Amino acid sequence: MTTVPVLAMRGIDKAFLGVPVLTSVDLTVEPGEVHALVGENGAGKSTLMKILAGVHSADAGTIELGGRAVSFTHPAQAQRAGVASVFQEFNLLPELSVAENVHLGREPRRLGRIDRRAMTARTADTLADLGVPDLSPTAKVGTLSVAYQQITEIAKALSQGADLICMDEPTAALADAEVALLYRLVERLRERGVAVLYVSHRLREIFDLCDRITVLKDGRLVETAATTAITPDELVTKMVGRRIEAQFPPRSSGTETGEVRLRVRGGGNDYVDGIDLEVRAGEIVGLAGLQGSGRTEIAEAVFGITPFTRGSVAVDGRPVRITRPRKAIAAGIALVTEDRKAQGLALHQSVRANARMVLDANARVHSRERLARIRGILSSLDLVSRGDDQEVQFLSGGNQQKVVVAKWLAAEPGVIVLDEPTRGIDVGAKHKLYSVIRSLAAEGLAVLLIASELIEVIGLADRIVVLHDGRIAGELPSGASEQEVMAYATGRHLEGTSREGTEPE
Amino acid sequence: MIAFSPSARPLGTTALIYLALAGVLALGGAAVALDGGNLFATANLVDMLTRTSLTGFLAIGMTLVILCRSLDLSVGYVAALSSLVGATMMDGQAANLPLAVGAVLLVSGLIGAANGAIIAFLKVNPFIATLGTGLIIKGYLDTEYKGPAGDVPAVFQQFGYTRIAFVPVSAIVMLAVAAAAIWFLRATRTGHHMYAVGGDVDVARMSGIRTTRVLLTAHVLCGMTAGMAGLLLAARFGTGSAEAYTNLYELDAIAAVVLGGTLLLGGKGGVAGTVAGVAILAVLDTVFNVMQIDPFAKDVLRGAVIIAAVALYARRQLDRTARRPRFAAAQGIEEAQGRPS
Amino acid sequence: MTRVRAAAAALFGGGTGTVFALLVLIFAGIFAMNPGFFEGPSLMAFLKQAAPLVILAAGQYFVIVSGNFDLSVGALVGAQVVIAARLIDGEEPRTVPVLLVMLAFGLLVGLVNGLVTTVLKVQSFITTLGMLLVLYGAIRLWTGGAPTGALSESFRTAGRRGIENVPILGQIPWALLIMLAVGAGAILLMRTRFGRILMASGDNELAARLSGGRVDTVRTAAFVLSGLSATIAGVLIGGFAGVSAQVGEGLEFTVITAVVLGGVVLGGGRGAVLAAMAGALAIEALFTLFNQMALPATLRPTVQGAIIIAAVAYAARQRARPGATAAPATATATPS
Repeated sequence: MTTVPVLAMRGIDKAFLGVPVLTSVDLTVEPGEVHALVGENGAGKSTLMKILAGVHSADAGTIELGGRAVSFTHPAQAQRAGVASVFQEFNLLPELSVAENVHLGREPRRLGRIDRRAMTARTADTLADLGVPDLSPTAKVGTLSVAYQQITEIAKALSQGADLICMDEPTAALADAEVALLYRLVERLRERGVAVLYVSHRLREIFDLCDRITVLKDGRLVETAATTAITPDELVTKMVGRRIEAQFPPRSSGTETGEVRLRVRGGGNDYVDGIDLEVRAGEIVGLAGLQGSGRTEIAEAVFGITPFTRGSVAVDGRPVRITRPRKAIAAGIALVTEDRKAQGLALHQSVRANARMVLDANARVHSRERLARIRGILSSLDLVSRGDDQEVQFLSGGNQQKVVVAKWLAAEPGVIVLDEPTRGIDVGAKHKLYSVIRSLAAEGLAVLLIASELIEVIGLADRIVVLHDGRIAGELPSGASEQEVMAYATGRHLEGTSREGTEPE
Repeated sequence: MIAFSPSARPLGTTALIYLALAGVLALGGAAVALDGGNLFATANLVDMLTRTSLTGFLAIGMTLVILCRSLDLSVGYVAALSSLVGATMMDGQAANLPLAVGAVLLVSGLIGAANGAIIAFLKVNPFIATLGTGLIIKGYLDTEYKGPAGDVPAVFQQFGYTRIAFVPVSAIVMLAVAAAAIWFLRATRTGHHMYAVGGDVDVARMSGIRTTRVLLTAHVLCGMTAGMAGLLLAARFGTGSAEAYTNLYELDAIAAVVLGGTLLLGGKGGVAGTVAGVAILAVLDTVFNVMQIDPFAKDVLRGAVIIAAVALYARRQLDRTARRPRFAAAQGIEEAQGRPS
Repeated sequence: MTRVRAAAAALFGGGTGTVFALLVLIFAGIFAMNPGFFEGPSLMAFLKQAAPLVILAAGQYFVIVSGNFDLSVGALVGAQVVIAARLIDGEEPRTVPVLLVMLAFGLLVGLVNGLVTTVLKVQSFITTLGMLLVLYGAIRLWTGGAPTGALSESFRTAGRRGIENVPILGQIPWALLIMLAVGAGAILLMRTRFGRILMASGDNELAARLSGGRVDTVRTAAFVLSGLSATIAGVLIGGFAGVSAQVGEGLEFTVITAVVLGGVVLGGGRGAVLAAMAGALAIEALFTLFNQMALPATLRPTVQGAIIIAAVAYAARQRARPGATAAPATATATPS
């Protein structure tokens, strides 16, 4: 090709705490191209994007923008160089208007004062250009839907003169009509010669929108191919297919599947619907699905954070109405949350204080015997710390997670829900957690496991329940292939019917 | 449920606070009328407006720092110090006026800058930082000035007492400063960026805003409005007085700001609301005064009003977040029930 | 050695040792100026005078560590003294009933503070500021501006008297014993389930809630404890200094200064109650040192202000050091 690529990344390496996440990755994006970056969770897509956005810096390799070598140490530098990123957490101020957000830090001025008329007019132009003239530049961002907030971010990126816009799972939180809007918007960007790096799991979108596809697996580049030169099935095969090889401990001998401990019938709320779920004693049920498919929402509903408003829940055969976490705990349910720092730990407290938090907080589960067992639980988890007085903020991610697990095990639950228990932790801790999960099942707990990394679900679960757009898309037995899971998760088995499969008449 | 369409948007906070002001005026007027008086008699209007000016100056500056998610507990002390600096420099001579006013604004601005620097660079919590500088000034005042000091020339005392029709000059100046502050927040980048710094300092920084400079500016301006309040004190007393700080002006100012709808956590609000907040407090004071209700009852009412107002704002805030759709909601209940399970 | 340090960390809460070093330093200064200070009677007199602030610091600690402020304690102390004088009016037999009324009043004020903050979601800064104004006005309204009545002799015993004629020490003040009891109670309370959840609520409200903690309940209880401490302090201050309209004025800021000096972080979740009380003692010792140095009493606030800024800036620096990336960005945030 004769044009200078917008972006050329070569030989990018990145490791966290000695664990390689990216190894010698190359990525080239041409002007006006919509380029898909695909791979399973944990393949390194997010890390690559964050390097590009200046959030992380690469350990090795070069980045060229429009032929000029760059290196970023701060996100603002990346923005100034013409790379804009639309992450899932928004970078907007909800109390300001669309126009104010679009121009934040670069407000147009006339005679030394902010020229609001110009600001509004320019924003209106940009939005019209993007094909969304109905979004008012004076609307307060906090009152907008997620889709319009995304559009505001994209407009902000454009007004900064970005040549390359990275979108991380942009449709994860969008409804159907909003997805169509995003499609149009991407087309407009292409027409304007702006390149888009599109990170998504949804094969349909990738094949609808993108010119080329780069596949990552285990932190390595698999292939960059033109969309026309590859079929969806081939793509899935390239993304998955890692060997599961002895990575997961075998089922502990003597594990027996017993009575149903957790039963959800027709569970639903604003985020999920029609959830029928059973987890038996000794059973590990995996919940798989794409980001935004409702995995975490099910966990939060079972635990009473955003309770089910429809349907029924029973624990050990007793119907329970779980409206608050306290009630879930009293019913014998534990939840290891997705974000351990924000939701799981009091970071400035000691290991001991955190490990006994659930017992301290709930008179119904508190007992001297259980307190006395905490030390043993921590040891059995192979916790590495400078003693139980150490503040948990100074522990590694894996050890922090062990403290979270310990605080729930201390309460001796009958049902344990684990939401992304291995996210961001090192390999050793992962393996430890895998065997802990196995032994919990062996002890007769019902385990509901949520994991983005498909191999974890496949390697650990006895049954896999796959979600798609807030509903159960299908159920697969232990040992299902990644392709089968992805088929349900991406809604590909529904192809030919409508995307939802349940559109109202 | 409130509709989503923009036309049906709930009343803005500033509109609400002016509505409340009108309500307080109407109720107060009625109460005074029942008592056989007239709240809108010239003397009472003068009283009301006079009351607004002092708190007004302080509250305008306070609005800026609170918008930046900061706080200034030192303004009462700065005002007292400023009254002394001003009065002693004037020394009874009208010719010294420009110099004295300049010196007051310089000193008060520098104290504001010190506050801002301690918060921004030493990372001291604003509550502690400004409490600390306030105490430092208090000690200085208590040690250096055992009583009133300085002499304000008659010309400048006019600032405290003259009025045009029923409007005191001090209130006019205060409103002019308020107008300038409103303009500053709307029309200048620095002013506009205060909303960003208070709203989310990381987003502000990511957008290339120099957040420490914005915070420093807010504190300098807050110091300077406290200096203006000090000049007004000097004009009223005809001399500088260290005792002024005992009136807890800083708490009055904070109360007026939050009553005016500015979020104590920053990023939302404005000076227009603050002026209304100041006015509501002044109207209440005047009503109580006219009706000869025990002056201490006003403190009780004031405390209750502030708590009630913030509770009301908190409720509105909660409603707004609760209405945000996060996910295309699964089909409605009817459909869910219609499906065989 | 490590075990000693671990024990010390457990008691002092780790990282809050600075205040004890400061305390030793100030006492050394006092000793240099006036060795006689450490003789029994004068030391006892010092502790008697310091007791109310130490007790208030314990109460304020509970509120601050759970992530709030209580600005109303000064006004509450003043209110309690005035209530006592007016209701007792010099009549000895009324002492005990009035003490009960005061207790109920103190707890009620704390309860209202707590409920307004947790249920109505008003930032505690505003809640307790409003309460300050209400108490200040209501008490003067009730008494017509100046306090009336008189305290009974037995009421004043707690603040004034003690176990007399003790060898070496002279008098062991009741105030000291009450202070020790409150201090021991506070330390023990922080080791209970309540104390642990209170601490967790201030550190990470969401984690505490998701662990089943009743965050709103413990935070409300913290305000009630603060009201209780203000009541006890009111009894001691009334007994020690008598009745005046100025009692308690500005005390809330001195107390918050003391707690922060003890290494307790505004915003919650960090610091030990013993260190908070030591902070109060350090401030009182500082005032004593100023007296010894014949520093004009009027200069006290200046030094107090400089020290509080320096101490907090130092603590902020300390916190930023280990694992700078992990340091939370909330260092300058105003607690709600």
